[in-house]
Amino acid sequence: MDHTALELIELGAVFFSLGLLGRLAGRIGLSPIPLYLVGGLFFGTGGIIPLSGIQGFTALAGEVGVVLLLLLLGLEYSAAELVTGLRRSWTAGILDVVLNAAPGAAVALALDWGPVGALVMGGVTYISSSGIIAKVLADLGRLGNRETPVVLSILVFEDLVMALYLPILTAVLIGVNLAGGLAAVGISVAVLAVVLVVALRYGRFVSALVDSPDREVFLLKVLGVALLVAGFASAMQVSAAVGAFLLGIAISGSTAENASKLLEPLRDLFAAVFFVVFGLNTDPASIPPVLGWAVVLAVSTTLTKLVTGWWAARRVGIGPLGRARAGAALVARGEFSIVIAGLAVGYAAIDERLAALATTYVLLMAMIGPVAARVVEPAARFARTKRPATTPAPSAGN
Amino acid sequence: MPRVAGRSVTVDTVNVEVTPLPGIGVRKDFALRNGRRIGVVTHRDGKIELIISKSDDPDACLAELPLTVDEASALANLLGAPQLVAQLTEEHRDLPGIHTRQIPVGTPFDGRTLGDTALRTRTGVSVVAVMRAGQVHPSPTPDFTLTAGDLMVAVGTSEGLDNAVKILKRG
Repeated sequence: MDHTALELIELGAVFFSLGLLGRLAGRIGLSPIPLYLVGGLFFGTGGIIPLSGIQGFTALAGEVGVVLLLLLLGLEYSAAELVTGLRRSWTAGILDVVLNAAPGAAVALALDWGPVGALVMGGVTYISSSGIIAKVLADLGRLGNRETPVVLSILVFEDLVMALYLPILTAVLIGVNLAGGLAAVGISVAVLAVVLVVALRYGRFVSALVDSPDREVFLLKVLGVALLVAGFASAMQVSAAVGAFLLGIAISGSTAENASKLLEPLRDLFAAVFFVVFGLNTDPASIPPVLGWAVVLAVSTTLTKLVTGWWAARRVGIGPLGRARAGAALVARGEFSIVIAGLAVGYAAIDERLAALATTYVLLMAMIGPVAARVVEPAARFARTKRPATTPAPSAGN
Repeated sequence: MPRVAGRSVTVDTVNVEVTPLPGIGVRKDFALRNGRRIGVVTHRDGKIELIISKSDDPDACLAELPLTVDEASALANLLGAPQLVAQLTEEHRDLPGIHTRQIPVGTPFDGRTLGDTALRTRTGVSVVAVMRAGQVHPSPTPDFTLTAGDLMVAVGTSEGLDNAVKILKRG
């Protein structure tokens, strides 16, 4: 068979099976991300059906997927929302960083993966999946709830942290010394500040650059600018993803809304390829040895997110049930944990088992997250009605 | 940032709380006298959801009902019009024979002006306001453009009002 024909068949088979997996995920009310990862494990090295020949395409498509994931994340929040989010939720945001990065970093150190491994795993366990969470909140009819703004502003804070974290991670991965690392931090803070100011004051000019009444022209311009910015950012060692994210923040108003609508299907396509590629590069045989650690991380970081949400909601005067809902809503991890792990794999400083651990962890958390958000309310109600019966004596007056 | 609700027909004012929902839209709600919250979530793409809080958990919502633009404006008219009519009726109580009524505008006058209906000439009733999407347009001029589904608040005799209903329905 001709080379191109074989590649087309392979690619078609991959997309079609991803479609079936996505449909299955929708049926059982799950995020498709874990199933895409499983799909990648099936097709990849050591998997059931090893694919060959389309790696060139899938590798680049996966990179485009990361760029689009971050671009749409940037488009999702306006600069004004980011600034008010930062002002309002920085205490909860910092608690979120400390509590949730710690378990990942600790496990990496326990496995002797060094400080770089700890930095990567801290990021993987820290960052919640805003995609999964927004969908779960809408599905469960919680957008009007009083704790929902608390959850959303923590997600906003996490996104700003990503904008600082990704350039630092990139600098550390390519092996710069302490001074170089500090320079990367300085540069990323300065760039983020400049982008926020530009977006707040002159966002309409950036929007005017890409805007067009014609859908086709608009799509090509937005995608072109995003890839250009990502490419140059990558060439300057700042991480392609961050470039796209900052571009997303700078684009504002109706242009941002139209761009999100237009790019969403493309994002879904390329991000699916990215997850598959990540799964492809993970040998299924490498999962069982790290499964125990993944479960430890899943349990501990479910609890730490619950604490984060509980504390943040209590600060603004939300009742116990709402606090529990806020905590459980934050549990899901997904796309961005994989983006972080994806940046790291392949570097010499990174242990080979990291990809397997990150995959397994995200598989668990993308499933636990939506389930936790669903069961938390009945569970909390049950606990409340049960409590007076089990501990009747001291606090009878509830 | 609480603000006073746009327009309220009775003397009561309510503090509508406007809460941004980053990445989703805006929540606007207020507390009822019994402590429950009622309001809307407006999505960035214009979708509107009606929200009502639970009685046992004021942080949570009993329901989030998605409304189309037409449904939202119909509901707003249902809620807003009776108050206006009641108030006008109250004011006209000393004038026997004068009634206030809300009359729906039918499709024949969709996109046409109030002057086109020639209500004053044909029935003797006065149109004191037009309700659209929960907004009161007081004292509309003859060049006011009507839309099917508007509610006219008209003052006149019973007979005149009956005729006005027929005209607005059939053209």
